[in-house]
Amino acid sequence: MFRFIVRRLLQLIPTLFGLSLLLFIWLRRLPGGPETAILGERGTPEMRAQIRRSMGLDEPILVQYGRFVRRLIRLDLGTSTSTKRSVVTEFLERFPGTVELSITAMVIAVGIGIPLGYLAARRRGRLLDHLSVGGSLIGICIPVFFLAFVLKAIFAENLGWFPSSGRQDPTLGATRITNFFVLDGLMTREWDAAADALWHLVLPGIALASIPLAIIVRITRASVLEVLNEDFVRTAEAKGLTERTVRGRHVLRNSMLPVVTSIGLQTGLLLSGAVLTETVFAFSGIGAFVAEAIGQRDYPVLMGFILIIAVVYVLVNLLVDLSYSFIDPRVRVR
Amino acid sequence: MALLEVEDLSVTFARRGQRTVHAVDGVSFSVDAGEVVGLVGESGCGKSVTSLAIMGLLPKQPGLAVGGKAVFDGTDLLQLDDRSRRDIRGRDIAMIFQDPLSSLNPVIPIGLQVTEVLTRHRGMKGAAAEKEAAELLDRVGIPDPRRRLKEYPHQLSGGMRQRALIAMAVACQPRLLIADEPTTALDVTIQAQILELLKGLVRDSDTALLMITHDLGVVAGMCDTVNVLYAGRVVETARRRPLFREPRHPYTVGLLGSVPRLDAGRGERLNAIPGSVRDVLPWPDGCAFAPRCERRVDACVGEPPALVLAHHGRSYRCVNPAPVAGYAPGDDVRAVVPTQAQPGSVPAQAVPDDPPTVPGLGPAPREEESA
Repeated sequence: MFRFIVRRLLQLIPTLFGLSLLLFIWLRRLPGGPETAILGERGTPEMRAQIRRSMGLDEPILVQYGRFVRRLIRLDLGTSTSTKRSVVTEFLERFPGTVELSITAMVIAVGIGIPLGYLAARRRGRLLDHLSVGGSLIGICIPVFFLAFVLKAIFAENLGWFPSSGRQDPTLGATRITNFFVLDGLMTREWDAAADALWHLVLPGIALASIPLAIIVRITRASVLEVLNEDFVRTAEAKGLTERTVRGRHVLRNSMLPVVTSIGLQTGLLLSGAVLTETVFAFSGIGAFVAEAIGQRDYPVLMGFILIIAVVYVLVNLLVDLSYSFIDPRVRVR
Repeated sequence: MALLEVEDLSVTFARRGQRTVHAVDGVSFSVDAGEVVGLVGESGCGKSVTSLAIMGLLPKQPGLAVGGKAVFDGTDLLQLDDRSRRDIRGRDIAMIFQDPLSSLNPVIPIGLQVTEVLTRHRGMKGAAAEKEAAELLDRVGIPDPRRRLKEYPHQLSGGMRQRALIAMAVACQPRLLIADEPTTALDVTIQAQILELLKGLVRDSDTALLMITHDLGVVAGMCDTVNVLYAGRVVETARRRPLFREPRHPYTVGLLGSVPRLDAGRGERLNAIPGSVRDVLPWPDGCAFAPRCERRVDACVGEPPALVLAHHGRSYRCVNPAPVAGYAPGDDVRAVVPTQAQPGSVPAQAVPDDPPTVPGLGPAPREEESA
């Protein structure tokens, strides 16, 4: 098990190098550069050249890449060309917000999706089944930003049940340690700060959960239906086991494999796809920052972001593989 | 009173816009305590559906209708509620299935799959349940049972898996064991071992065994009484020896004739029954076997053949049965049960000679040599 984890983490290194090289070249090929973003259309060629030189963009691309890699080894992602701050600092400040939001969304999606999908399968063809299948179709179809707007308008602005923007009430003056606001509140025992941060996560969390929730409902339902027809479920029934034992021990566990896979994939998507939700709720996560960085041709920020997402994907998939081996002894890892 | 009496059992699947399928159509047979009874027929004849209906294990779906009776020890299983049925299943009636790999839960150790029966029906837990489970595995011939308890189904061989399933089935010493093609998925050498094991288990514990199979070799080696099924109906019932020596129903004749023989010449064709069970007439239009039958006569079509109670407790459903030595055609007949009549409604006096095996008409002769 330990060797498996180490091997998978070592595999991460060549993956990241390959990915970064590809991206490095590809980003540089995009029309326009940071000088255009800074100067606009009116800059003279001399001014452009000067900015490029000051950023080291006039050197051969492989030289630039070499410098990037040398810095990367020291965990230095360079300086943002638009904010002039270290990319690592920017990320440490913003990424925790997105992670908190994604975890909230995933907890909602899994917590509702698996039971709902399971019940839909058990009540196949009845009202609950139709409602959840239809509802999940709607969940997939509704654009996340639209749902975010609607939730915000109703529950924040109209009813006032939830805050309409931000990650925490700044007047609380909460202490920052990790920049995971909920975690910080728990660590410093500032319970009101933790609760407030959690409260801020509810609406954007629901909006962001809509698509993974819909997908998990459907996958769970299909998987449970398939397992219900398996011979070993019939064997369990033939043993006279109570319905509870049959469902819990024999059906549910066997139907979890595809669900776990999709949870892994969805988590990666959430981390990289929270942009719209973050924008609607003025939630200072990584999404809005990166969206802006694209417009600014902020190469260091973009490179850093993509690399982090790649690492997250690999880690999440590692977790998925590890959880497989707990669910199914046939895929025990070596 | 037999241990299990199945009377006029019918299972139909109705689909909107399609003709209702009669998977099992008025099947009657009985199983005495300690007896081994065969239910024989080719794929699709309704033998598995029959056993699942008795167990209450047919997948619940709209359009499914189960009729008739399955009286086990005085209780009609088909009338029981779900809870009482679960109490009986695994404790009084246990079942073994065809494919041992898919019949075992792949993600749970063998041990738990055995002990869960003990916990459910015998209230055993922890170390006591584990000890009993190890003894059960030992009894069904699994070496090193303690270690096997911790293993998963994919770590066992096919024969071991079936042994494990048998251990689960006999865990509560059931009075009736239903084995649905228990050897079909196994190697021939393993088949014999499993059959020996089953035979030994039922002999030692006086458990009755309902053996569902398409394999006449299995029937010849195991069964006391045999019911031949075709298209959802029992077409012939007899003790084992008479059935093999003098089959009456042309379908039984065909089944026996289609067994490959070692003494046949090389290159000689096998005697397959032409056609398949799927392209049949529905029973109400006549004998369902008629389209494939070599002894077909005009009387076969129009209405379904009545059940004929014949010599030595045999019965068959045929208007032109194969002849039998020592009897002129028709001489062996003791009574004819009209098609729609309930088997139990025929008075016993109507059967003057030897008592037949048909349910409700008295006990079968125990000594099969009487033929």
